[in-house]
Order: sequence, then structure tokens, then C-alpha cells
Amino acid sequence: MTATETTSVDHTHRLAELPELSTEELQRYSRHLLLPEVGLEGQRRLKAGRVLLVGAGGLGSPLGLYLAAAGVGHVGLVDFDVVDVTNLQRQVLHGTRDVGRSKLDSARDRLLDINPHVDLETYDTRLTSDNALEIVREYDVVVDGTDNFPTRYLVNDACVLTGRPNVYGSIFRFEGQASVFATADGPCYRCLFREPPPPGLVPSCAEGGVLGVLPGLIGTIQATETLKILLGIGTTLAGRLLLVDALRMQFRTLKLQRDPACPACGTRTLRELIDYEDFCGLRAVHSGPGVPEVTPAELVAWRARGDAIDLVDVREPGEWALGHLSGARHVPLGTVSSALGTFARDRTTVLYCKGGTRSAQAARILQDDGFTNVWSLTGGILRWRTEVDPTLPNY
Amino acid sequence: MSITVHLPTMLARLAGDTNALEASGDTVGEALTDVIARFPALGPRLRDDAGKPYGFVTFYLNDEDIRFHGGFEAPIADGDEVIVVPTVAGG
Repeated sequence: MTATETTSVDHTHRLAELPELSTEELQRYSRHLLLPEVGLEGQRRLKAGRVLLVGAGGLGSPLGLYLAAAGVGHVGLVDFDVVDVTNLQRQVLHGTRDVGRSKLDSARDRLLDINPHVDLETYDTRLTSDNALEIVREYDVVVDGTDNFPTRYLVNDACVLTGRPNVYGSIFRFEGQASVFATADGPCYRCLFREPPPPGLVPSCAEGGVLGVLPGLIGTIQATETLKILLGIGTTLAGRLLLVDALRMQFRTLKLQRDPACPACGTRTLRELIDYEDFCGLRAVHSGPGVPEVTPAELVAWRARGDAIDLVDVREPGEWALGHLSGARHVPLGTVSSALGTFARDRTTVLYCKGGTRSAQAARILQDDGFTNVWSLTGGILRWRTEVDPTLPNY
Repeated sequence: MSITVHLPTMLARLAGDTNALEASGDTVGEALTDVIARFPALGPRLRDDAGKPYGFVTFYLNDEDIRFHGGFEAPIADGDEVIVVPTVAGG
């Protein structure tokens, strides 16, 4: 790619080129048609609109529901996950009967029930550097409803390279952020956050929890921005960052500006998609250089033969309260550095977390302090649950 | 100068469960140093070992990104607000 493509949201369409609305559609969208800012022409623009939703989870749920209901003509949905019972507290696109189904199948049923006029394209895949540009180019607007840093940077860069606006939303616990990135002159996600945090520093919602209604708040803000972009009305969040604090119910808007040094939209030295797992430092963690791992079966054997093991749970307090391994003590990752005095150098220390990332980090902290007999439980408590103790909760 | 540092909830627990901290100093960096002196656990979450800002925590002085106003050297005035904006990825 040698030049950034121009955005494909074209508001110069001649009315005659926009799709017609059927009698049923005219009735369905009557409350839109009554709005001078939307009207018949705007509704036809929505029908011509092509929106890609990356993620059919917490943010993707209200996004999908409202964009379909609003009459966006073409909606693309990227997800590879299966509906889990722990999703239902916030992912209102899916119901109890959908547990175990693919999220795309569940979403298709629900969205087409809301509005059969929507042309829904589903992509049963993880968005990757290999497929992102091809998929993104099919759409006018991309909405970031993902739940991890690598995909967020991937979505952003794909949007900058293809000139598609990136309608951003992100949540954690009681707080959320929203903006519109990668417009023609506006900043992008990298202008706000130059680099991702080291793995494990910022807990995910799966680790730290999230108020169920919060993705509803942020996702509907993203849906609103998406409709405004398609309609070409109002003032979007481009160049502004909206912070939402649901606990205090405070909304704050901060100025965002393009960073002249931003490799994506500033210097434009980033000319193609990169390895985002590597960029986010995840390869190093997955391969875990220097941190020995013990599998659940091996740990069971060690304990059976009576080895003196200091078993340490490094998860957050809320996770510990859900359930933990018997005989374990609790030292959250954030406090390991200050709790080094509680670890014995002459004992075997086995650390565990939910999936193995944070325990590897904790192990590295101990190693850096000179501990030599430190292990990370492979696959964390979730793998332990599968292989050893199914009475522990899945979360 | 007396200003207010606003922390997100995820960091407030490291500051005695307080979201808004009074702080003093002539620059954003000095105000943060003042806060960190009282709540040392905040230190590594706000700046790196060398005292430099991370690329994944953005600081605002009122509604302006401090990177475009001198970074931690950005001067502050009485009544200013510093807003800490951490990156989050949940969705």
C-alpha cells in the first residue's frame, strides 16, 4: 500500500442512485422519516450504508440491534466465539437458548427478526492481518467492538490504511471510552495510545469484571456515531474522546488531536498491517521464555507425593472469591512485588491465574528477585477446572 | 499551585479509593510526584522507572493532551484538573 485510500462514505450520492424503500419500509422507519435531519433521503442513505461490526459481544450487541433496527442496509459481523452463559449478563444480542451456539448464528436470528431488510454478512473468523484489509474494504464504516489490544490496533491500522472511519468504544468495570478515529483529518487510536500496555497489566473484563449495562451505554453511543456518519449529520466524536464513568454518572469530553509522530496517520511510516500479537508483547508471553510451566496433571502428581509447594493464586480478589484451588493462598499480581517477603526461596512455588498469562508475569517478578524454583500453572485455573476439578466455576 | 488529579476507578483503589486527589506543584509531573509520594503504589501505574510517561496512559490537563503542551513539564495553575486516561480494551 503506497497511499491511504479515501473514505468510502460518500454523501454526494445522487438521490436517484440510492436504494428505494418499500411501503413496508416506509412504515417501519416512519419515526426516522419524520426527522428533518433524516427524512426519506437519509433513510435511503442508511439503506445504502455498509457497516462492519468487529465483535458480536458486549458492545456488538447493542450496536447490532440498533443498527439493524435503524435500517442500515448492509451489516458485516466478525466473530468466532460461541455464546457462553457468562456472556448473557451484558450481551443482549444472545439469549439463554443460544448458549453453545455460534454468536454469528445467534446474531443472525436476532437481527433478521428485528429487521429482515438487513443484508447481513457474517465472517466466522478472527480478524487478522491477513484478512482485515480485504474485509474492511467492503464497508463504509468500521465499528470496534473487540475485547483485546491486538485486535484494536489491527482494526485501527486497517481503518487508517483504507480510509474508513473507526467508531471506537472500550469498556472496563464501570468506565468506558468512545471516539471516532481515522477520519480524513482526525486522529487515530494510536494518537491516543501510542503503544499497548505490557501483557497482564490491564485486566480484561473477563478478569476484572464489567457492569452489564456499561457496554449498552457505550455501544449505543457507537451506534449513534455510526448513524451520524452514514447520514452525514451532526458533529461526531472525531477529534474528541468521551469518557463515561457509570459509577458517578459523569461524562467528560477531552480534545484529541492527530499526533504528528503517529506512525499510522501522522508520519504514515506504517504502510501495511503488522504482527499485532507481537506488537502487544503477547508472543513473548505465550512462549514464556525463562518461566517453567507445570501442567495440572504434573501438579497433581507433585502434591500426591507430598512435595512442599507454595501454591499462589495471583488473580484479582473477585476471581479468588468465585473459587480457587484448595491449599492456595492469594497474592494478586499487582501486589507480588511488595509481598516478596512472603515467598520462601527453599520451597517450590507454583503460581496460577485464570489462563496462565498473569502467573507467568508473577513468576518473572520472582525470578528477577533471584527465586529459582518458580513455576506457572499451564492454562491456569480454567485448564485445572477442565482436567482436575470440574466443580470450580467457569468464568 | 493546588490542582485536582482525577483517577479512573481502576487506579483509585491504589489511592485509598479516592477518584479525585488534591495535589500541588508547578508542573503536571510535579503534581504527579506529589500524589505518588502519598500513594506509592500509583507510581508504576502512572510513569515508568525513569519517570517518563507510558504510551498507554494519557494525561490531560483540563481538556488538553499534555503531550502537545510539554508533557510532564506542562505548567499548571491553581484550580487546574489533570485527568488520567488509561487504555482499556474490554468490549
